[in-house]
This record gives sequence, structure tokens and C-alpha cells, in this order.
Amino acid sequence: MENSLDPAPPLLDVRGISKSFGAVRALQEVDFTLRAGEIHALLGENGAGKSTLIKAVTGVFPRDAGIVRIGGEEVTPRSAKAALQAGIATVYQEVNLLPNLSVAQNLFLDRQPMRFGVVREGEMRRRATAQLAGFGLDIDVAAPLGSYSVAVQHVTAIARAVDLSARVLILDEPTASLDRHEVEILFKIMRQLAKRGIGIVFVSHFLDQVYEISDRITVLRNGRLVGERETASLPRLELIRMMLGRELAETTSARAATREHQAREVCASFENYGKAGYVAPFNLELRHGEVVGLAGLLGSGRTETARLVFGAERADGGQVKVEGAPVRLQSPRDGVRHGFGYCPEERKTDGIVAELTVRENIVLALQAKRGLYLPLSRREQDEIARRYVRMLDIRPPDPERPVGLLSGGNQQKVLLARWLATSPRLLVLDEPTRGIDVGAHAEIIRLIRELCDDGLALLVISSELDEIVTYSDRVIVLRDRAHVEELAGEAIDVGNILAAIAADSVTVALEAHT
Amino acid sequence: MTALLPRRGLAQILALIVILAVDRVVSPQFFDLRLQDGRLFGSLIDVLNRGTPVALLSLGMVLVIATRGIDLSVGAIMAISGAIAASLADSHSMAVVLAAALGAGLVCGLWNGFLVSVLGMQPIVATLILMVAGRGIAQLITEGRIVTFSSPDLVWLGNGSILGVPVPVAIALGMLVLTGAVVRGSALGLLIEATGGNARASELAGVGTRAMILAVYVWCGICAALAGVIAAADIMGADANNAGLWLELDAILAVVIGGTSLFGGRFSLVLAVLGALIIQTMNTGILLSGYPPEFNLLVKAVVVLAVLLLQSPKLSGVANVATRLRRTKA
Repeated sequence: MENSLDPAPPLLDVRGISKSFGAVRALQEVDFTLRAGEIHALLGENGAGKSTLIKAVTGVFPRDAGIVRIGGEEVTPRSAKAALQAGIATVYQEVNLLPNLSVAQNLFLDRQPMRFGVVREGEMRRRATAQLAGFGLDIDVAAPLGSYSVAVQHVTAIARAVDLSARVLILDEPTASLDRHEVEILFKIMRQLAKRGIGIVFVSHFLDQVYEISDRITVLRNGRLVGERETASLPRLELIRMMLGRELAETTSARAATREHQAREVCASFENYGKAGYVAPFNLELRHGEVVGLAGLLGSGRTETARLVFGAERADGGQVKVEGAPVRLQSPRDGVRHGFGYCPEERKTDGIVAELTVRENIVLALQAKRGLYLPLSRREQDEIARRYVRMLDIRPPDPERPVGLLSGGNQQKVLLARWLATSPRLLVLDEPTRGIDVGAHAEIIRLIRELCDDGLALLVISSELDEIVTYSDRVIVLRDRAHVEELAGEAIDVGNILAAIAADSVTVALEAHT
Repeated sequence: MTALLPRRGLAQILALIVILAVDRVVSPQFFDLRLQDGRLFGSLIDVLNRGTPVALLSLGMVLVIATRGIDLSVGAIMAISGAIAASLADSHSMAVVLAAALGAGLVCGLWNGFLVSVLGMQPIVATLILMVAGRGIAQLITEGRIVTFSSPDLVWLGNGSILGVPVPVAIALGMLVLTGAVVRGSALGLLIEATGGNARASELAGVGTRAMILAVYVWCGICAALAGVIAAADIMGADANNAGLWLELDAILAVVIGGTSLFGGRFSLVLAVLGALIIQTMNTGILLSGYPPEFNLLVKAVVVLAVLLLQSPKLSGVANVATRLRRTKA
């Protein structure tokens, strides 16, 4: 399959593609080759030009220079639809389907089976069911797509693309919101499709997954091609060096094992705390200067625990104590009052206020805590914003820029700044490094450690077990919406966490979860 | 107070100047002012005076729209408060009349706010209820008649003057200053903009988004009630069928002309009032020009389109490119 002497022209051949936005040269003479039947990872830091390359190839916007050939034939699609007709289908991270229509309607949108001008619902459903069964998905295709997990939505989008006779399938960050099990299902489907001769472009931040699934890797940096390599012969450190263009100290350097295990003071404790149908009652003690990691599959109750702890969700039983005193915790406002902070997983929808400036986003929680009648003066706001922009190295260092224009990593830092400005005692971070490029990633992890050394209590959720192992003093493992295991000290390692997650040979079916 | 007068008001100010210039052409006496019986008269004063109800409505509406809401019931609230004021004017003291009329506006605002913030109804539907019911309530209060009154105090509110300035204009100006002081002097402005920009995120940041939403509908109701009282005082009577009819649309228009997006977030009180003045300047100009008032609607539509085009991000993208081209050539 991977024979470089293959005489046939490559499936997708991109030569010398360039694209500028105003004075910014987003792509400079980039080449990209995709063979039939291969899975080809397209990698680079945020802003390297991956999305621009995809959009220039698929005609979302016109390219300035360069040639795109499919099976040796030159094509210049002028829209995503034209690209699809030429055989290139793209599935974006945010699935571009209609959540309010049924799965079947989504699959056959624009080409429903008709008889006498009427859509044949039964036929459509039958064909949809059969088609998805081919992808190992057994679901009710009459239910709205939005009622299914992101994984199902992704598979539906892929099924639709493949059925539209795509020969080239571009998957942009398909695994970003999938849990381990769902990722495996997706990978199985990808391998199946590759076997059928479809070429797959795989864009991802997860290097583990890249090594697991891809045959070859193309790396972009600052809009230029850095190199194209066989995955098997590219060491990970070398890959990171290609992506970053600099030597990177291994981010997963051994955790501070020397950290003394002195008795730390309890910051907040939760007794028999839970909510029916949400998370089973749990006991949790969070101590000053300690990082507690929450591990588990997506949907295992990690985010749910975080929301209960912060007060974003009301518990229906149990007790909360802050510094030893029982308190009321019914709303985010209560949480903020007690000195809690929460950086949610969905930065865009639950975190930032895109239209407001960096300054306004940073002071928001502090202002809410102080109340209406103690407004922060503009001078105080400027001072706070400047302090955190400098401290967290937020870029560009302009407090008056709308936060929606910043990159994901910098938005995350703004959210951290928002909470740090309230001088919290407890910070809950839900996937603080998700969707962030490698450089900012290491920085956020360094910050977590520093905050902890300053005496903050931290509760951190992450899907990346390596990461959790690096910074956690204790790790709580969740399964099926219950806390099932607590690891501490020497017992914290990836193997033990995986064992705890898998202890009950979980069958995480790809079923509807709202 | 840069927050009260943002740099982005250029399009609106230009529009107002152009319309004033056109008015000057169709009516050469447009800028004439004279003092008579201690009160200023002239077309400009007339514009301000006639523009008062919509300006007051837009002061409340702009806050509602900033939270990503909308209030269709303000015209009906005007009718209710006008009817109450007219019914009580000749039998009760001014304080009672005003308290009752503004109190009614407050209750109406609470109702709208309750439906939107507590029950989570969509604002357009929630306020549609009062838009329909409110006019009925007003008609019940007036028992279907046009209630007239002669209370000199109330009449003064619509026709008197303070230092030469018509009382309604003074009231509208006072309300603008008051609203600005409350909203920008406290943290309310930031928290309203945050709520409108992203309610979920604001809630998680500890902002009391429900209280914010409730508050803006209440304020909107009070502003509408005040507009209703002034409208009734102006004609010395309350006409439940016609008072404030369709004015909710003018108020929304004023807010949009003022550059506040219907998607919520950033707002400007001054520009919303400026929007109301733009609308009234057009109305007055057309009346003065002698064209049939039917033209009013068409001209209004064209001007609105022009102002919105000036604000449209796509068009400003084109304008930016054009500027850049010009610069590179130069």
C-alpha cells in the first residue's frame, strides 16, 4: 500500500499553493501529496496554516497560486460543494450538519429518495440504517442528529461524505471531543475507508493518535512546508521539533516527586455530594497547595463533578464545607462568593464573551463578585488587565482587543486571569489544554504547578493521562458517573489509571447522550 | 465619559447632519428659532419635542436589546400609562397620577422580565403577549372612550417649558443623564454587555444574569410609561387605540440605527437617542416639505437602509479594502 514506487499519480497532488490575507502570508508555496488508501496526518501548531491549506484546496476561498490535481486531473473548485463534486469531502471539528433534522434526513439531505414528489421516509430510513450499520453504528436514524453524541455526529458526517463518492476525505480535528472508546471506533472506520482506497487527511493535536493511525505525516509551520515523512521512521521528539522549530524540553519531565507530603489544610470538602442521574454521591477533599486530577472517559462524570463542585449545578444531597464551615452552594454566584473559580471545557460557549475586550473579560468575575455598586474604575481595570497580560504572557499584549480575536491558548489564559483576579482559593479547570498548540500547552501546565505552589487548591480534568500524571498529587478516577478509585503518591501512573477506568470492561456504547 | 460617547457614532452623526441639511433645503426656515412667552419655538425644537416619546422608549429598549432581548410591548405600556394618567388627572394630585402611571409601567416591566428571565420565554413572544393584551387593558381603563382632562399640572408636563426648553425635552434629557449615570456609573453597563454577549459564560463567571434581564425590562417599562404620560399630556387626553401605536418599532429602529446589535452585547445610550432624533428629523422634514405623509414611510426605509449599510461588516470590509488600495497607490 505504501509503495513509493507506485507509478500511478497520487490521489491528491497539491503543488506550490500560496495564499495571503492582506499583508499576512498564510501559505507560501506548500506542497502536499496524498496517496490512495493512506491516512496522512497534517500537523502544525495553531496558525501554522493547516486550516488555510484545507480551505484553499477545497475552494472555501480562492488560492493565490498553485495547482491541485485529483488523480492527475487538475481541479479548481470554487466552493465546498464543487470540491465535493470533484471528490474532496471535508468534515470539520464542528460538524456542519443540521442538529434539528433526523440522522436519516442529514444523510440524504439534498438527495432524498422521492416518489411522486414525496419523500419516501421509510426507504430513506432503511437506507440510512443500512449505511450506518456499515460503520458499526446501530442507532435510531429517525431521531434528531443533535440528540446524539459528537462521535455519532462525526460518523454521520463521514458516512454522508463517503456516500457522496468522496475519494479524498479531510478530517479536521475529528477526535477533539471524543473519548477514548469513540476514538477507537472512528479509527476503525478510518482504516476501513483507507482499505477501500480512500485517501484520508487527518488533522489533530493529539500526537498519540497521529502515531497510532497515520501512515505519513506532513508538518507545516508559519505557512510553510517543513517536511513530509513516514510516520514509522519519525521519532516523536523530531516531530515536535519540526512543529515548533525549536528544541522543546520534554514537557513530561518527571513530576516533582520531591514534593513533601506535609499535611495540607483542607480548603473545601464535599460529603456525600451528588445529584441523581448526574453524578453519584461522592466524598471529596480539596486541600490548599494540592492538585487533584479527575480522570475517566468522556461522559464518566468528570465535567459533571466539576460543575457540582463549582456550583454551576445544584446537588440534591450532601454537604459542602469551605475552610471547615458549612456553606450554601446553589449557583455559580455562590461559588464565586466562596472563592471558587471554574474554567469550563467549552471556552467559546461557556467561557469567553467574544465581543468584549480582554480587559473586560478579565475583570468580569471580580466585578460580579464585588457587585453592582462597587464598580472597578477604569484605572483599576486597566491595572488588573495589564498585570495579568504580563504575568500570563497573553498575546497580543493588547488589553483592548476583543477576546474573540485571540487564539485558543490565549483565550484560555484570559479565562485563567479572570479567575486569578478574584484571588480564589479553589480553581476548577476542565480540560485546560484542549485545542491548544504545543507551546501554550506546556505553559499552561507550568502555570498549574505554580498556582499550586502558591497555595491554591486545584481540581483539574484532562483526557490526556500523561498530563494528569505530571501534575496531580491525587487522581480520582470516574466511571459511569461515579467516583470509583483514588490514586495518590507513587500509585499515580498511566497504567493504574487505565486499569481503574477499564476495571469493569466498560461497554461505552455510542448511544444517545444529551 | 468616553463610554457615553463612543468613537463609533460617526455614521449616525453624519446621517443626522445630512438629513438636517436636506430639511434646510425643503424648508428654508428650518433652523429659525424664536422665543415667545418664555418658550422657544421653531422646527428644531419641534423635532426635539416630537421625538421625546421615541427617545424615551429607546432608552429602555437599548438596554433590553443589549441583553439580546426585545420589548414589543412598549407602545401598549404607553397606552396604559396614558390612560391611567388621564383618568386620574382631574381627581388626584400630580404625585399620585405620576406614581400610578409609572407604577403601572414598572409592573408591566416586571411581568415581561418575569416571563423572559424566570420562565425563559423568548423575548419576542413574551412581550408580544403584553403588546396585545396591554392595549386591551388600556381600553378597559378608558372604557373605550377618549378620556380628556384639564389638570394644569399634567398639561404643563406636555406643553410647559423650563428656561425656554419644552418640558418633555428636559425630561428626556434628564432620563438620558440618569440612565447613563446608573448604567455607566455602576457596573451595570459591563454586566449587561457581558450578559448579552454570552449569557452562559457570564452566569458561570458569577454574573446574576437573571437579575440583569429583569432589571432592563423593568427600566424599559418605566421609560415607556413616562413616554405614555408625556404623550397624553401633550394632547390633553388619552386615546387607548392610538397612543403609542407602532412606536415599539420606531424605538427598535432607533436602537438599531444607534448601532446596537439585535444579537446583544455592546450598546450606546447616546446613539440610541440620536437614532430617535434621526427618525424624528426625517418625519418633520417630510411634513414641512409638503409631500404627502405617505412618503414618510418610504423615505424612512431608505435612510434606515443607508445607515445600516454603513454599519454592515461586509460593506466595511469592502471600504477597508478600498482605503488600503487608495493608500498603496498614494
